[in-house]
Amino acid sequence: MEKKTPLYAIHEEEGGKIVPFAGYLLPVQYGTGVIREHMAVREACGMFDVSHMGEIRFTGPTALQTLNHIMTNDFTNMKIGKVRYTVMCNEKGGCVDDLIIYKFGDEDYLAVVNASNKDKDYAHICANLLPGTEAEDLSPVTAEIALQGPRSRDILSRLVPENQIPKGYYTAKRGIMIEDMECMISRTGYTGELGYEIYTANENAEKLWRLLRRTGEPFGLIPCGLGARDTLRLEAGMPLYGHEMDEEISPLEAGLGFGVKLDKAEFIGREALIAKGEPTRVRVGLEITGRGIVREHQDLYVGDTLIGHSTSGTHCPYIGKPVAMALVDRAYSAIGTEVEADVRGRRVTCQVVPYVFYKTETK
Amino acid sequence: MSNIPENVKYTNSHEWISEESGIATIGLSDFAQDAMGDIVFINLPAVGDAVTAGESFADVESVKAVAEVFSPVSGTVESVNEELLDNPALVNEAPYDAWLIRVSDISERVELMDAAAYAQHCESEKE
Repeated sequence: MEKKTPLYAIHEEEGGKIVPFAGYLLPVQYGTGVIREHMAVREACGMFDVSHMGEIRFTGPTALQTLNHIMTNDFTNMKIGKVRYTVMCNEKGGCVDDLIIYKFGDEDYLAVVNASNKDKDYAHICANLLPGTEAEDLSPVTAEIALQGPRSRDILSRLVPENQIPKGYYTAKRGIMIEDMECMISRTGYTGELGYEIYTANENAEKLWRLLRRTGEPFGLIPCGLGARDTLRLEAGMPLYGHEMDEEISPLEAGLGFGVKLDKAEFIGREALIAKGEPTRVRVGLEITGRGIVREHQDLYVGDTLIGHSTSGTHCPYIGKPVAMALVDRAYSAIGTEVEADVRGRRVTCQVVPYVFYKTETK
Repeated sequence: MSNIPENVKYTNSHEWISEESGIATIGLSDFAQDAMGDIVFINLPAVGDAVTAGESFADVESVKAVAEVFSPVSGTVESVNEELLDNPALVNEAPYDAWLIRVSDISERVELMDAAAYAQHCESEKE
């Protein structure tokens, strides 16, 4: 039985097409369609219900040591109010999940994890906590709305004094009042665009949605569903758990080495990652030069040699062409390499390109 | 509520067909295009290809997914709507004008529905 987020009634009211996703009933799109929702985020602003995401709070005198033990990134020098991307590995060096960590105090951190993994993550975390750290699953009481797009700051500044809006990318402020609703706001997102994620208690969710919607309307804001969330993250070259990484794919293969600090004394999966050495397969971007669309799980060839498979792919509306991400043999990963995808028995030509297909100009 | 004109017939896999002087014109219903969302690519057969009643003859890709289109008749592709290759969104905009293929030498047909029966069929699929 799928769960509903606190915004379910609003999605129905807004004309959302509801689908099951990661254990939740969520809108894949609203009436305007994926392409217009995608374009709104690139050119104006879009808002997304991301209340399905999981929030796990870490507190206690050893919280930092626990994070450094469970996560691949290093949180030692992290400042309060910062946000950091990380992976959580299993002992084999595969990915349990990718997530972001917020620091609110020396003994107070928050992890935001993928909806599809949150129960697994919480169990993994609880099994590996160091004495002196407590982990609390705040997901059931937390709603989250993502406000994404070049006009998102203008919209937010109608509701929040300028100095209370987090400034730098990957920073956050909590205890921010939007009318009478206490919120945590971070400058983060999954679209590659200027944007914010706003967390609040479930009971505020509907009111906050309506307020953002009303305030944003003159700026071109529209509600966006899971479809646009996926095309936007793909266009921006952002990985999705279950596609670019999973329990069998290491973060180094997935191109997430920037979030893996092998020089830390210890963390779960470190030994295995070191033992495996330089990855033999790597994540690449593909531009589809032939006719068609290459989606996930399509075999890739150079001549008759199977060199890997696609992990995500679709038509990306802003750049106006189909692209894909793929995991391929390192020998065939150089930019410019010509490969062929087997799309339901038909060979479609592709070229290896950098996987960040789009980069925003908005600072 | 989807648009279901009465001057064409329908399949249970949501194609529409109209036949005139031995030529069948085939497209996707409004219900189908709405369910698929924004269509971004259509892979059509070539003129002269054989199509078989009940079997796939084209792929329609939306941003969300790929769907196969099934031929309501067996026969030979007489023409394809090349306009759709450059502008597949025409299927979203006007599904009953944006035909996919025309078929001649028709030998077999799948079971077809009139507008009233098809409306009921669409209603039952919404459940």
